[in-house]
Amino acid sequence: MSKILVIAEHDGKKLNQATARCVTCAKQIPGAEVTVAVFAADPAAVAAQAAALAGVARVVTIAAAHNAHALAAVLAPQVVKLAADYTHLLGASTAFGKDLMPRVAALLGVPQISDAMSVEGAYKFKRPTYAGNAIVTLEAPADRKVVATVRSASFEAAGTGGSAPVSAVALDVAVPGHTRFVSISAATSDRPDLASAPKVVSGGRALGSKENFDLIFKLAEKMGAAVGASRAAVDAGYAPNELQVGQTGKIIAPELYVAIGISGAIQHLTGIKDAKTIVAINKDGEAPIFEVADFGLVGDLFQIVPELEKSLGK
Amino acid sequence: MRKILVGVKRVVDYNVRVRVKPDGSGVVTDGVKMSVNPFDEIALEEALRIRERGEASEVVAVSIGPDDAQQQLRTALAMGADRAILVKTDKLIEPLTAAQVLLAIVRKENPDLVIVGKQAIDDDAAQTAPMLAALWDRPQATFCSKLEIKGASATIVREVDAGLETIEIDLPAVISADLRLNEPRYVKLPDIMKAKKKPLDVVELASLGVSAEPGLKPVLTEPPKPRSKGIMVKDVAELVDALKKKGLV
Repeated sequence: MSKILVIAEHDGKKLNQATARCVTCAKQIPGAEVTVAVFAADPAAVAAQAAALAGVARVVTIAAAHNAHALAAVLAPQVVKLAADYTHLLGASTAFGKDLMPRVAALLGVPQISDAMSVEGAYKFKRPTYAGNAIVTLEAPADRKVVATVRSASFEAAGTGGSAPVSAVALDVAVPGHTRFVSISAATSDRPDLASAPKVVSGGRALGSKENFDLIFKLAEKMGAAVGASRAAVDAGYAPNELQVGQTGKIIAPELYVAIGISGAIQHLTGIKDAKTIVAINKDGEAPIFEVADFGLVGDLFQIVPELEKSLGK
Repeated sequence: MRKILVGVKRVVDYNVRVRVKPDGSGVVTDGVKMSVNPFDEIALEEALRIRERGEASEVVAVSIGPDDAQQQLRTALAMGADRAILVKTDKLIEPLTAAQVLLAIVRKENPDLVIVGKQAIDDDAAQTAPMLAALWDRPQATFCSKLEIKGASATIVREVDAGLETIEIDLPAVISADLRLNEPRYVKLPDIMKAKKKPLDVVELASLGVSAEPGLKPVLTEPPKPRSKGIMVKDVAELVDALKKKGLV
């Protein structure tokens, strides 16, 4: 049997959807029994959401004041202590998981599988390398613990309707004081979350300015879509960093992705390859984005986008 | 602060379209342009700026790889690193091994700060910084986009999924550089000439007591499944029709 521990990602109130996707990956591991661990100052609300995920066998909570903010250096020794009873430790391949899981793996002295995109066996996983241009199948030793991060875009979120038991665990672990949380400035908006939204409208360098990037926000609002951006647009200051899509930004898999004024460098394409439908709007008919687009439209975005917004209103 | 150690990985250049070998044993690297991992250039640039502000006295560049990785270390020296160390191995090493090697160098050099790129653009693993920090039992600040040293500690702004997070860490520590930490300088010709005279030590990986054998066995490397070719529409009306048919708008 594979005893899988999934580390929940949350903001203290809400369970991140990436964890539900991670649970789906966990369930695909042969002989899986899935436990979700919630580290928090007050884990009750998040634990209840984790317990409702279909396929979760149980939820364990580790309540402590030092778990109020997710600091890898503080969480890792606790995860290691908890790991004793498990064969596999999984976290989402998000900023949270990528910070925490390698620290856990190194403390356990095992290698980590980053961005698992498919389960090929209890110890065998596929993962993307070279910005998704080479897919590697890796086999981990069966006599060691498997530590992996899970590529969210490759797995659907687990459904709800479960009712796993929740139990509190006391971990007697000394945590370091050398790393301290100061603050987080999260963009507060009513827009859908980029990582999990079914529709995403993204803008690139061709928008030309921060003011013009408003065209993307307006179209997204009309469509009920999240907003994304290419690296070039973020570097140029048209859009904030958390909207970046691609190899070094967010990897997403929406039902609909609309790329506007984005040429489609391989580093961007790797972030959207799993989108169900890709629409590309670009003035350069030779742009590589058209090679992956399901629907391409060549033309001036400054004419097309307002026209598109208008026709969607009808 | 005295010393900053910077990781410099030799990788297939950013602009190369990578091809998978027909036998599934890896990707084609023969005759392919190799460069310094772009994130490591950002790490090095940050170290140089800290030194130029007078907050550090020495920047040491470290690479792990084949003899040819000396080229990338020469680039690092030309950018401004004071000296370089190549830990020589012809094996493809995984991040845990890289972290063990860097720990061995850290034990010898006693740096106050180690800065590496947040990920290498070949394996995209993003593991080395947190793994080194764990083995060294020191703080980590991954995805750093702003770094300010304040005596024995540092204030770091990190790029996280929700936005920007600020943390405070005690030194020594390990930092991983994100894209917007800085823009690396261009190397000028006189700097390349000067770099030829800077010290570059070569040590065998085995001499550090670290095994180069990977824990994870690569079974197969294959190209990704291609997306099926789409269609071009002539105007907005046709696009909206197509999306409506699929129930997407």
